[in-house]
Amino acid sequence: MLKDEDRIFQNLYNDSGADIESAKLRNDWNGTKEILEKGREWIINEVKSSELRGRGGAGFPTGLKWSFAPKEIGSRPHYLVINADESEPGTCKDRDILRFEPHKLIEGCLIASYAVNAHKCYIYIRGEYFNEGQKLQTAINEAYENNLIGKNALNSGWDLDIYIHYGAGAYICGEETALLESLEGKKGQPRLKPPFPALIGLYGCPTIINNVETVAAVPTILRRGAKWFSSLGRPKNTGTKIYCISGNVNNPCNVEEEMGIPLKELIETHAGGVVGGWDNLKAVIPGGSSMPMLPKEVCDNMKMDFDACVENKTGLGTAGIVVINNDQDIIKCMARIARFYKHESCGQCTPCREGSGWMWRMLERMAAGEATPDEVDMLFDVTKQIEGHTICAFGEGSSWPVQGLIRHFKDEILERNKFDPVVKKNKNIPYLVDQHLLEKENA
Amino acid sequence: MSVKKIHKEQPQTFEFTDKSMEAAKKIVSNYPNGKQQSAVMALLYIAQRQNDNWIPLQAMKYIAKFLDMPYIKVYEVATFYSMYNLSPVGKYFFQVCTTTPCMLRGAYELVKVCKNKISEKENVLSEDGKISWMEVECLGACVNAPMMQVNEDYYEDLNDKKLEEIIETIYQNKIPKPGSYSGRINAEPVNNRKTLLGNKNA
Repeated sequence: MLKDEDRIFQNLYNDSGADIESAKLRNDWNGTKEILEKGREWIINEVKSSELRGRGGAGFPTGLKWSFAPKEIGSRPHYLVINADESEPGTCKDRDILRFEPHKLIEGCLIASYAVNAHKCYIYIRGEYFNEGQKLQTAINEAYENNLIGKNALNSGWDLDIYIHYGAGAYICGEETALLESLEGKKGQPRLKPPFPALIGLYGCPTIINNVETVAAVPTILRRGAKWFSSLGRPKNTGTKIYCISGNVNNPCNVEEEMGIPLKELIETHAGGVVGGWDNLKAVIPGGSSMPMLPKEVCDNMKMDFDACVENKTGLGTAGIVVINNDQDIIKCMARIARFYKHESCGQCTPCREGSGWMWRMLERMAAGEATPDEVDMLFDVTKQIEGHTICAFGEGSSWPVQGLIRHFKDEILERNKFDPVVKKNKNIPYLVDQHLLEKENA
Repeated sequence: MSVKKIHKEQPQTFEFTDKSMEAAKKIVSNYPNGKQQSAVMALLYIAQRQNDNWIPLQAMKYIAKFLDMPYIKVYEVATFYSMYNLSPVGKYFFQVCTTTPCMLRGAYELVKVCKNKISEKENVLSEDGKISWMEVECLGACVNAPMMQVNEDYYEDLNDKKLEEIIETIYQNKIPKPGSYSGRINAEPVNNRKTLLGNKNA
């Protein structure tokens, strides 16, 4: 288990308060000016050598992302945008940072915006987190009063303004280009890439977009050194991560742990074990609902970091671990996730808009045992036609969980769905049987 | 995409009150000159709060003029995002999360209670007209499942009995305490905390 002094988010459970005095006792804002004085190059190189990877799901190296911003400010201003639109089912880590560790985030914003030459920073918070946003605003006001941000922040000569922008309940706005569209006051529909936001982003200006947890971790990394951070975890998967463990466990919780901690240890030690014991485990979704699920055999020896997850044909994503035990109907669970994606598809690309609804309706029928055996392969085919054929990664996000279900639990679906409309209806002219007429309310 | 119904009876006029106007101007100043369109989401939200938790068409027209943008662009935004109510909802608007992590811990029990105690159908007002409820997608408090949101507050770690108590309290015109209902603090593991104990005992 990670030592307590190596945890970045000391106030994860709000033991000591989120105000600036308490935050300073936790070492926030300690030596920030000296860090800025070491210069852009140093900051970016230090973050690069710490091998910090983005905590928002994709795991892109943060230092590399920052180095994409133009070195000098040209005719267009630069922007830093913080993605706090946390909506991935199973994930609730950013919420605790926003309400209990806001000063880590604000300090991170100052350092990051200095590194990427931005004088303005927007924090995009999902609309449902209204109270969390108010707490962050209080912290921002405190920071302004103490000259930690604002004009000539910390007497470093750098100006920074931080604004909060509330979303209004659209999952897709967690995708970076959709988030920019939303910030510009439009529908949140993703943009084609390239051009990448680092060159043409918010209002057509160079924009760096980072997740809350990534930016909030940066000040501690720079204070304690890249060597400390990279000594945790293993190469390419360094540092610590907040894991959210939910679902059928005895004590669901958020906990900060080292990267690469075994999944079993995480669930047994911190979350009090699976309801009904480890043998009652059916499957685990390791990284938020978009990532394919894993059956128990894989979970037994699985390590939780980016590369280990990819080796097991899934992804670490946001590290929102959803535990499903044998008391649950796994097909029903996936049908509910498919309904989530059907609801949240932005409607821009046809494969995703239509396909997410197809997947949901087919899975609902499979859960009720009303599908034909052939339809299992047909469903897999549908997922393959969505994946990779959309502007943003929502297509993958909606089809991977279904693929995960079919990959690991195909036998169970086939066991339940033996229904053959042709035989049942006693008709031997199959092409006259319209599948749509056999559907019930979901047709 | 969620289905959005425009309310049949629309008010004839809409104007920001002084308080809303002040808030709106402050928000517009957050964005660069000429990019005032960025404020549209926040302004719709202000209009919604001013107008008993729903947005009439007149408010969209008003905001379009206020921000100097086409009305259809405001309409697009108002119909795209799920948090804008385009027809009236209860003064206490219950949003019950039923996405998988909540479902695994019994969110549909909560839905049953809402059906019994508030109204049989979603988005229909209760008998005294105070409460309405709907199922929503993930609200981002999965380790505190099952949970729901009433207006701006989160109610976490619920079960059917606790939800019944909450509804009764609201019927009596009192606002129940938000937060976790299992006695735990925030997102820490109940009775099983193994980390940061030094801070806890400090």
